[in-house]
Amino acid sequence: MSFWHFLQLNWSELLLLVRQHIVLVFIAILLAVMIGVPTGIALTRYRALRGPVLGIANIMQTIPSLALFGFLIPLPFIGGIGARTALVALVLYSLLPIIRNTVTGILGVEPSVREAAVAMGMTDGQVLRQVELPLAMGVIVTGIRVATVIAVGVTTIAAAVGAGGLGVYIFRGLRQYDNNLLLAGALSAALLALAADFFLGLIERRFSFDAKRRTRGSVKHVLAFGAIALFLLFLGLSLWRDGKESASTAQARVVVGSKDFTESALLAEIVAQMLEARGVSVERRLELGGNLPHEALVSGTLDLYPEYTGTSFTAILHHTPISDPRAVYDQVKQDYASKFNVDVSAPLGFENTFAILVRTAEARRLNLKTISDAARHTPQWRAGFGQDFMSRDDGYPGFSKTYKLKFKEVREMDLSLTYIALSSSQVDLIAANSTEGRITTLDLFQLADDRHYFPPYEAVYLVRQDSLARVPALREVLAKLANAISTEEMRRLNFEIDGNKRDPKEVVKEWLTAKAL
Amino acid sequence: MPQESTNDPLVQFHNVTFSLPTAGNIISGLNLTVEKGETLVLLGESGCGKTTTLKLVNRLLTPSSGEVLVEGKPTTTWDPIALRRRIGYVIQEGGLFPHFTIARNVGLLPALLGWDQERANDRVRELLRLVGLAPERFAERYPHELSGGQRQRAGVARALGADPPLLLLDEPFGALDPLTRASLQREFADLAMRLGKTAILVTHDIREALILGRRIGLMHKGQLVLLETPDGFLASDNPQARAYIETLNLSNGGAP
Repeated sequence: MSFWHFLQLNWSELLLLVRQHIVLVFIAILLAVMIGVPTGIALTRYRALRGPVLGIANIMQTIPSLALFGFLIPLPFIGGIGARTALVALVLYSLLPIIRNTVTGILGVEPSVREAAVAMGMTDGQVLRQVELPLAMGVIVTGIRVATVIAVGVTTIAAAVGAGGLGVYIFRGLRQYDNNLLLAGALSAALLALAADFFLGLIERRFSFDAKRRTRGSVKHVLAFGAIALFLLFLGLSLWRDGKESASTAQARVVVGSKDFTESALLAEIVAQMLEARGVSVERRLELGGNLPHEALVSGTLDLYPEYTGTSFTAILHHTPISDPRAVYDQVKQDYASKFNVDVSAPLGFENTFAILVRTAEARRLNLKTISDAARHTPQWRAGFGQDFMSRDDGYPGFSKTYKLKFKEVREMDLSLTYIALSSSQVDLIAANSTEGRITTLDLFQLADDRHYFPPYEAVYLVRQDSLARVPALREVLAKLANAISTEEMRRLNFEIDGNKRDPKEVVKEWLTAKAL
Repeated sequence: MPQESTNDPLVQFHNVTFSLPTAGNIISGLNLTVEKGETLVLLGESGCGKTTTLKLVNRLLTPSSGEVLVEGKPTTTWDPIALRRRIGYVIQEGGLFPHFTIARNVGLLPALLGWDQERANDRVRELLRLVGLAPERFAERYPHELSGGQRQRAGVARALGADPPLLLLDEPFGALDPLTRASLQREFADLAMRLGKTAILVTHDIREALILGRRIGLMHKGQLVLLETPDGFLASDNPQARAYIETLNLSNGGAP
């Protein structure tokens, strides 16, 4: 698909993301100015505070944004998922340039001018308001300009905590190797940053009093104020629309979440469309990173999201992995009901477990069926494993011990790159997802887990009990989906999206029609 | 020159010492009385303490020991804001606010004192005319659009804003070219006499001191070494005073 064609198809979603992005940056900068400028002024009055406060602001800025979001998620009030967390992080990042430039600007006012002001009998407040602030304004606006450009960049990371914005396209593009998505996200963010820089630059120049103030053309003023007015109009309009939307959908509304990979989003989309077909309005909070879907479900931000029993069993409930699917399912269902008031749906019919893959040609040549068969060849093999597999409880350490595997080399790499690496013989064995569409298309072979090392990962939906009571259609939909999707079918659906780059909504719609759901 | 020595002191220094922890004594044991209506010039080289002396009057600084009286009251018991609003202050280049128009600069004190708009506007026009700046040409300009001499005039106009009894001037004509300086000095001498203002003016220029001062105080290393009328100054055999008079003869290009 050409980029132009992509834009034509997705411009309304892109505009929505741009809007989210602008609103996040705008509010964050507004808050940062409200905090940063008074702080900066205070620092010019209390010299002793200057070092410590600027030091703290400096440290804030060196924390990698993803790590900062990570710290914030578990915190009450300012944490959690969504725009609030993103705003807190953005404000923290924006403070340093604003505080520092406020201090620099005020201290940079010509000493003779300040002395004249004091000697004329101005009070400290009058000196500040009438002399220091107006003269420092150019430098302060420069700080705001820097902070804004940084914030436009950092906001792309905010998608990781479900705040929306252009990061949604960037993250999705990285996962799906879709250059159109990447380009649309990154290019728009870059253009936003440039536009913000340009307009704040115009405002900044308004405050330079030594330059040729009179002779400057008024055209640029008109442009700058026009742009600001347009932006405010846009903002007002979108807030008004938001208000309208939330007002009309208050009654039977379900928030459906998903994890940040194709299959999870697809399963969420299936429920969403089935609910919509039954007249329930659905809000999608898809592609949430890490542990967010679980926390959001427990806190009531989400009503439902797709999960795998093995993940709940080990990563959330912290049980030691076991291999009996029935026992895992029962334990998970019981624990979720008692601990979280969350119900576990009937299994959907497929597992997404780790699949140990080799090239089909290689398996045929060496006559390999099981992982145990491969054990005597692995000392000559290179393995490629995702970061997740290397680090989790039911991952590489137990796996290599159970099968007594030794490799010539183990490479830790991005999971989605392992498929290509295997098919192009860069590595000889990988641990992949069993429902990955590329297993079929790249002609890869799944070795049987003959020692039952991997715990069962049956796909289910986790749904809040109060949501089931509030929206009766939910129970009906989940009952219909029991045992409705086979592993083969799931691989095919995944490939439609990742391989054929089709729109998930269309793929789901087609599938629902074909299955008469 | 009318000797209306009313013996009514406006400013008095009583044994004033001012010191900084890093620099030691800037001024030591200063005794000085400034009479109402006179122009006192403090003459001395850089670092002799003359600017510090000026700042002690409007309480930009307070004495380390001794006291400075303004209108008979120690500066430390004055409300500093009220004190400063009674004292006009002029520094090199006028110290004008670059973001204010000339009218707003000159009208600053009336605005601070809460005068109504019309009265303040009249005052600004009157002051601009007084210092030789046509209001219709200069009122709405910004300081950077004026020449050095024009800025200096505006600075004097601003200092006169609320009709203060006392003016402090810190090398007001120092940054100007010789011709402009000479004409401004003459105009200022006229103005001070006409308005009956008391003024303390700081300079390192002996000619300026002789033209403007009714009395000249010579400062050296933080001390007042000579206090004389211009005639008395020229006749003095104080070595520092002689050194200044020498430069006068040199620049005249002839022997005394």
